[in-house]
Amino acid sequence: MSFPIEQIRQMFPVLHQEVHGKPLVYFDNAATTQKPQSVIQSLEGYYLHDNANIHRGAHALADRATRYFEDTRETVQKFLNAKESAEIIFTKGTTESINLVAYTFGRKFIQTGDEIIISTLEHHSNIVPWQMLCEEKGAILKVIPINDAGEILYEEFEKLLTSKTKLVSVVHASNALGTINPVKKIIDAAHAVGAKVLLDGAQSTSHLEIDVQELDCDFMALSAHKLYGPTGLGVLYGKREVLETMPPFQGGGEMIKEVTFEKTTYNDIPFKFEAGTPNIGDVIAFKYAIDFLTEIGKSAVKAHEDSLLTYANELLSSVKGFIPVGTAKEKVSVLSFNINGMHPFDVGVMLDAKGIAVRTGHHCTQPLMKRLGLEGTVRASFAVYNSKSEIEKLAEGVSQIARIKNK
Amino acid sequence: MSSIQEVQEEIISEFEILGDDKESTIFYIMELGGNLESFPENERVEENIIKGCQSKVWLVADSKDGKVHYQADSNTDITKGLISLLIRVLNDRTPQEIISAELDFIHKIGMGGIIGSQRSNGLAAMIKQMKLYALALQAKQKV
Repeated sequence: MSFPIEQIRQMFPVLHQEVHGKPLVYFDNAATTQKPQSVIQSLEGYYLHDNANIHRGAHALADRATRYFEDTRETVQKFLNAKESAEIIFTKGTTESINLVAYTFGRKFIQTGDEIIISTLEHHSNIVPWQMLCEEKGAILKVIPINDAGEILYEEFEKLLTSKTKLVSVVHASNALGTINPVKKIIDAAHAVGAKVLLDGAQSTSHLEIDVQELDCDFMALSAHKLYGPTGLGVLYGKREVLETMPPFQGGGEMIKEVTFEKTTYNDIPFKFEAGTPNIGDVIAFKYAIDFLTEIGKSAVKAHEDSLLTYANELLSSVKGFIPVGTAKEKVSVLSFNINGMHPFDVGVMLDAKGIAVRTGHHCTQPLMKRLGLEGTVRASFAVYNSKSEIEKLAEGVSQIARIKNK
Repeated sequence: MSSIQEVQEEIISEFEILGDDKESTIFYIMELGGNLESFPENERVEENIIKGCQSKVWLVADSKDGKVHYQADSNTDITKGLISLLIRVLNDRTPQEIISAELDFIHKIGMGGIIGSQRSNGLAAMIKQMKLYALALQAKQKV
């Protein structure tokens, strides 16, 4: 069966517009994906019919909102194949999920002289929280090096692992280059020395089949808005036995069992980590984003996106002055590149003038750019609703722009 | 020599010819960057970089016969083009003229829509730095 690309495109109202007089080609999906009609309708429906605070209201609306909210938790549980829905914590996004682990697990279990391992590929949000923790605790941050293709050097990682390693926090798929890390191997090796593992799933969850039980990761962080869902919402998956040992993140409503002025006892997971009124409307709508992806099927999505990436590489490799950045064997649909003699900003602005939305710059991975000796790249990232004809437009646009400096 | 206002009007009418076509406007701005006089290599240092610009911009100024002379460069062609427009309007004028100049051509040629809000901030930082240089040179002249 051929991929129903036209049908899928029809589900995304935002795609059907012109920018600067040209049809929009949206290739900034690694920054945020567009939202299907079902997600938008759910948001509208929630505020039109169901808005109420959840979990303790003694009325019909509160009951409905609570049910829908917890439905999403179960949907996320199935999506990640977590053992139980209590292992799904709603946060503001990947960044907050990682910070939650740094503030709770990190503060309790990481001490002076302990080691945390990250990789050169990390987004700033999987670097800075650990630097802050290391500074506070006198712990040591170690970094797995990469090769020029943008793949981590696994043997070097093994050398970094010691009995002092308490946590390995690595990106599942790189936002800047698309590299898919060998996370199963990393997790098993880390566990062998008694370290816990956090996977930054911001870029992987929309492209790859995820099974947290099979991976056996201790934590996984992700963002709804990179998964066709609403902005300002993320998930932290954590194994029950690990989450239960962790102190709360923030204090407030929802996260308590009983409060007296003398002492407070905390609620069970996941509520222990969800202080205050959560982002109810967005959580409810997020279910529809996951349903959308599940209905198409991750393997069909991956096959479609892989074919787009292959086609883009094929068309662009013959463009004079085209320099691909990040040529790992295993990649999600991210195409990072530069054009000989041109600054990525200039290329991005010129592509925008052609109606093509890409991202330019360091992609919040300054240490990675430094390692590659680059100031930045142009990044085109493809999603389920992108088509081959859009890839052709990109290739034509890039080729016209490259000709300015590469005659 | 034309007044600041006259030069601004020249620029506005040049951009009017380009119309709404963003591609040709960008291309034109990039070509304008070629008009910049070559930037002295010994001035390409950290202290001369304008903070607040996404792309790197180096700017220096000195005074010749009571007038301010700017030299600038950037690592991106679009920014170079933008600087060349500012220099075309403000170069070789008295500090007082520069300080009191109202640069409405930027708004009138629709620069915000062309370069986006982040670069517009960078452009504002460039103008601020050019005026600061004029102010400093004016203070020096008064001594």
